[in-house]
Amino acid sequence: MRSWWSSVWPPVVAVLFFLLVWQAAVSIFDIEKFILPAPTAIGSEAVTGAAGLFQHTLATLQLTLIGFIIGTTIGLVISLALHMVPFLKTALYPLLILSQNVPTIALAPLLMIWFGFGMLPKVIVITLVCFFPVAIAALDGLARTDRTMMNYMQMAGATSWQIFTKLELPHALPSIFSGIRIAATYSVMGAVIGEWIGSDRGIGYYMMLQKSGYRTDRVFVAILVIVLLSLLMVLLITLLEKRLIRWNRKS
Amino acid sequence: MTQQVAPPVQGGLNPPSVEASRTPALEVRNLRKTFRDRRSEVHVLDDLALQVQPGEFVSIIGPSGSGKSTLFHIIGGLTAPDSGSVFMDGRDVTGKKGLIAYMPQQPALFPWRTVEDNVLLPEELRGTQKAVARANARRWMERAGLAGFEKAYPHTLSGGMQQRAAFLRALMSPQEVMCLDEPFSALDALTRSDMQRWLLDIWEETRRSVLMITHHIEEALLLSDSIYILSARPGAILKRIEVPFPRPRREEILLDPSFITLKTEISAMMREEQQERGQ
Ligand SMILES: Nc1ncnc2c1ncn2[C@@H]1O[C@H](COP(=O)(O)OP(=O)(O)O)[C@@H](O)[C@H]1O
Ligand SMILES: [Mg+2]
Repeated sequence: MRSWWSSVWPPVVAVLFFLLVWQAAVSIFDIEKFILPAPTAIGSEAVTGAAGLFQHTLATLQLTLIGFIIGTTIGLVISLALHMVPFLKTALYPLLILSQNVPTIALAPLLMIWFGFGMLPKVIVITLVCFFPVAIAALDGLARTDRTMMNYMQMAGATSWQIFTKLELPHALPSIFSGIRIAATYSVMGAVIGEWIGSDRGIGYYMMLQKSGYRTDRVFVAILVIVLLSLLMVLLITLLEKRLIRWNRKS
Repeated sequence: MTQQVAPPVQGGLNPPSVEASRTPALEVRNLRKTFRDRRSEVHVLDDLALQVQPGEFVSIIGPSGSGKSTLFHIIGGLTAPDSGSVFMDGRDVTGKKGLIAYMPQQPALFPWRTVEDNVLLPEELRGTQKAVARANARRWMERAGLAGFEKAYPHTLSGGMQQRAAFLRALMSPQEVMCLDEPFSALDALTRSDMQRWLLDIWEETRRSVLMITHHIEEALLLSDSIYILSARPGAILKRIEVPFPRPRREEILLDPSFITLKTEISAMMREEQQERGQ
């Protein structure tokens, strides 16, 4: 408990100090509210506007989860296919890497044209940003299977299915989870950007609305909500990881 | 450690003598192996041949880098020899996997499995009922001084305990022929001699065919029916020695003058081999 506290208080103090400087700067230099609202102003807006934000937050969370689950699943399926068929891997792996030079977000307007303003184009955007980190991390983890353990399994006469389920997959699990964790934060970002470009609800939509009204304080509240959503996603993944990976890795 | 009374089974039997008429449990003939890559060639095994009779305990002693682990990889079907073949019970099984109980040089325990789950892995691969396998694993772990560590993860164990777990994993493998690659190398001298005594008891009880790699001349003499001395790389058999001491063996033979003579002879031979290569 004591050590937990000793690692928590320094960053907390740092954040409080930062907010204090912010607050002081805003009042000393008399900064306009629409340029930079004070932390207290943002705080009170968060309290009074919370009810109106709830529906938007829920909409974004739903979109994020759907996109994240589809994107992660596709990432896992791609990595398994490429891992099991070496020819596919040599053919597609370079293309997979190259594909990341296309800024996925830039495709969003195109997707809107093709698929309208509903859920589908946004889910596609999230899927596109999510599958890659998962696929690469999973492929990497599967390719790094420990040599001596692999030799043991082969010499013990294990079938390739046994080798996959009892060695390669558990061995790759920590790596897969590091990819999924990245996908989790990406999925929130993808959802918000999708909502910016065309939507009638969600945090991204709310941000755009408040931006055009110069309600900077509300934009800040929206950013706060997005940060909390990201943290929530990472927390969920970490809990799942803790459940699935009980053994402690030394490294 | 279990303080075993001498098991009454097969008391006083002599080591199975090598008769030409018997079919060896394991035999390798004329093995050659060279590892090549673009820049270099390593000639590892040169016309190596050896036999393990059913129920015989055979050791291989050789300098490090002489291709001993590679020999096991070839026997296990993992590495293809350039020429030569592996026979088991008279059948050519070169390149076939899953026919030996194997203990690798590095323990290679799976870090996400508890020690117990590691030990029962070979039975799990065979589709043995989990409960049966678990009961077996528990029983053997207790005899190997690993009681209380069933649910521990391997990285919490000392190097010596990990090796014992890897040894049990080989022991629980259903295949008749056991190949042990330096099974006690990570143990301190005291535990090592404990484990040797323990292995001697277990083996004299079960009488499986064993091929064991070791650096330890005394260990080889104490445990084996016959010993192959391997040359430095490329590995070839320098000499085969039959160990004349009757079974069941007690540790007292370590002090027997003929034991000491044999030990001195072998270590002289190995020193000579190393000096020759050094020039
Ligand atoms: N897969 C491999 N590729 C290339 N060289 C190898 C390979 N495996 C072993 N060697 C080389 O073969 C030699 C013998 O290795 P090894 O069989 O492990 O010897 P030992 O077990 O007797 O110490 C070493 O020089 C090693 O570098
Ligand atoms: Mg070796």
